[in-house]
Amino acid sequence: MIRYISKENKALVRELVRTDFKLRYQGSVLGYAWSLLRPLLLFIILYIVFVKFLKLGSSIPHYPVYLLLGIVIWNFFLEMTTQSLGSIVGRGDLIRKIRIPRWIIIFSSSLSSVINLLLNMVVIIIFMILNHVDLLATTLWLPVILLEVYVFALGLSLFLSAMFVKFRDVGYIWEVILQAGFYLTPILYPLALIPNVTFQKIILLNPMAQAIQDARWSSITHETLIPSTLFQGGWYMYIPFVIVMASLAGGLLYFRKESKYFAENI
Amino acid sequence: MGDSIAIKVDRVNKSFKLPHEKVSSIKSAVVNFYKRKRTFEKQEVLKNISFEIKKGEFFGIVGRNGSGKSTLLKLLAGIYTPDSGQIHINGKLTPFIELGVGFSPELTGRENIFLNGALLGFSRREMNAKYEDIVKFAELEPFMDQKLKNYSSGMQVRLAFSIAIRANTDILILDEVLAVGDASFQQKCYDYFNELKKQRKTVVLVTHDMSAVSRFCDRALYIAKGKEEFIGSTREVAEMYLEANYNTPASEVQREAAVEPRATIKKVDFVKTKLEIGEKLKARIAFENPTALPIHFGFQLFGRDGSYCFGSNTYISGLQPTTKKKGTLEFTATVKLVPGVYFVTVATMDEFATTALDYRTNVGQIVVNKTTEVGGIAYLDHSWELL
Repeated sequence: MIRYISKENKALVRELVRTDFKLRYQGSVLGYAWSLLRPLLLFIILYIVFVKFLKLGSSIPHYPVYLLLGIVIWNFFLEMTTQSLGSIVGRGDLIRKIRIPRWIIIFSSSLSSVINLLLNMVVIIIFMILNHVDLLATTLWLPVILLEVYVFALGLSLFLSAMFVKFRDVGYIWEVILQAGFYLTPILYPLALIPNVTFQKIILLNPMAQAIQDARWSSITHETLIPSTLFQGGWYMYIPFVIVMASLAGGLLYFRKESKYFAENI
Repeated sequence: MGDSIAIKVDRVNKSFKLPHEKVSSIKSAVVNFYKRKRTFEKQEVLKNISFEIKKGEFFGIVGRNGSGKSTLLKLLAGIYTPDSGQIHINGKLTPFIELGVGFSPELTGRENIFLNGALLGFSRREMNAKYEDIVKFAELEPFMDQKLKNYSSGMQVRLAFSIAIRANTDILILDEVLAVGDASFQQKCYDYFNELKKQRKTVVLVTHDMSAVSRFCDRALYIAKGKEEFIGSTREVAEMYLEANYNTPASEVQREAAVEPRATIKKVDFVKTKLEIGEKLKARIAFENPTALPIHFGFQLFGRDGSYCFGSNTYISGLQPTTKKKGTLEFTATVKLVPGVYFVTVATMDEFATTALDYRTNVGQIVVNKTTEVGGIAYLDHSWELL
């Protein structure tokens, strides 16, 4: 473990994240502001269409913030996995010519996404204040839930980035999966809108659905359907966590196995 | 492994799967799997390579293009993983094998210095301390806030080199560094190598440039087609390497720049190919000149690094051109060259010796026996006297 957090690795991660951030909005006038503007603009569109036109979520208090939090968490997951997916191939020049731990590339790309997430959380706090959301004691759970999303995304990132080296289709497949995931996760609509309880339960087995619902429950309103209430303490309420741990373990193992041959396969 | 060994390579094999059609989509992978068709061939790049490099040694790896030397280097650097066999590294190794790896064209020179430093394992604070030296050595003070994409390639190399030499490691691995840069930059490289030699650092230099190997390396490995041909002193390796590279069998004498082969060289025989300094060299050149136009003959000697040592022709020597249809010409010269291998080129030329008609490189080799350890090209009769 000590080997992984050596002085050299820390310096390298720091520089790679710095570079990533500098290069990301290279040549754009608004620069970093885009990392806040993008989810905000998406939020405005979804808010107008789903809240104003379709009148979704009128039964849920503070629905705009509720919606925004879901969008921000989903966006973090989407950004981190898609950025990481291409990062090994994208840094092919480094991998072919220099001996650096391969995982550092994924880790530093994930940190850029984490920084974005934290910036977005600031926006959420501002919205919560504007929306007069009462501060809940359960908000303390929020960091743990975000950590869960991070671990899930990290496992998938490791797996996808290693797979992408061999099969470039992974990029397109993942795009479709994310698209499906966006609609199968209760981001736009309240979970309670689905009339069939079995479907609700199936949807909540997805770690992203579980994390987004738990995040909303912990920090915005307890009027959110979460696994522990929906499953009424059944053992399967732990399935999302099992999936998260499995994705991390599987991702790590596959990445470890494949990373030896990145230099020759890219 | 003893403490005096820096790198130990033990029976290393490496092969690559070369797909006939690159399988980079799942569909083709599935189709191929279904057809049970293996669409790759295994190319063995390195076969059973073993050698040791001692601490403080300047070790050269030479070989022609495609001999596997770069693959070997990447294995040493830990970029590739061997199929079988082991590589032990005793000490801290530079992680890069090329200059300017990881340079980002969109970042400024300053930012690139810190990024590159991090790739070498330096923290920002350590790099701050080195920053002034790096910029000064690269002679790029006025350009540090410009983006790297606006640098000339020479400037980029200078910057990369001055960062690279700050790497504080025990073992350095360098691949064809000398191939880049102008003469003054190459001089800087040479100075740096000399500095490394003084500091007793272990250096592995991979190149096809035999003169660089001769100049710096203590020992060298010569690999050809993925196999070890020879390990030994630089001098021995140099001779083997050049013999292998220039030795073309008489049956396939190369024809270069054969303008209208009116007159052709049929055969070149040497009375003796191993000579002492000052001994006479005799070469018999058999020719055919079917058109019977007047022709001249030329004779040249090249050193093993390609240096042009001697050249003359029958026109310069004041002979009348010949119009014989067939014949043999004898060339005689007193060889006053330093010991080494020399390569012979002969040619037939037109009436005024301005155009070569049949120009044949490396038709033979002359070895000047090593009886003395002089340097240079020409052997001058010399003596020393303390007055």
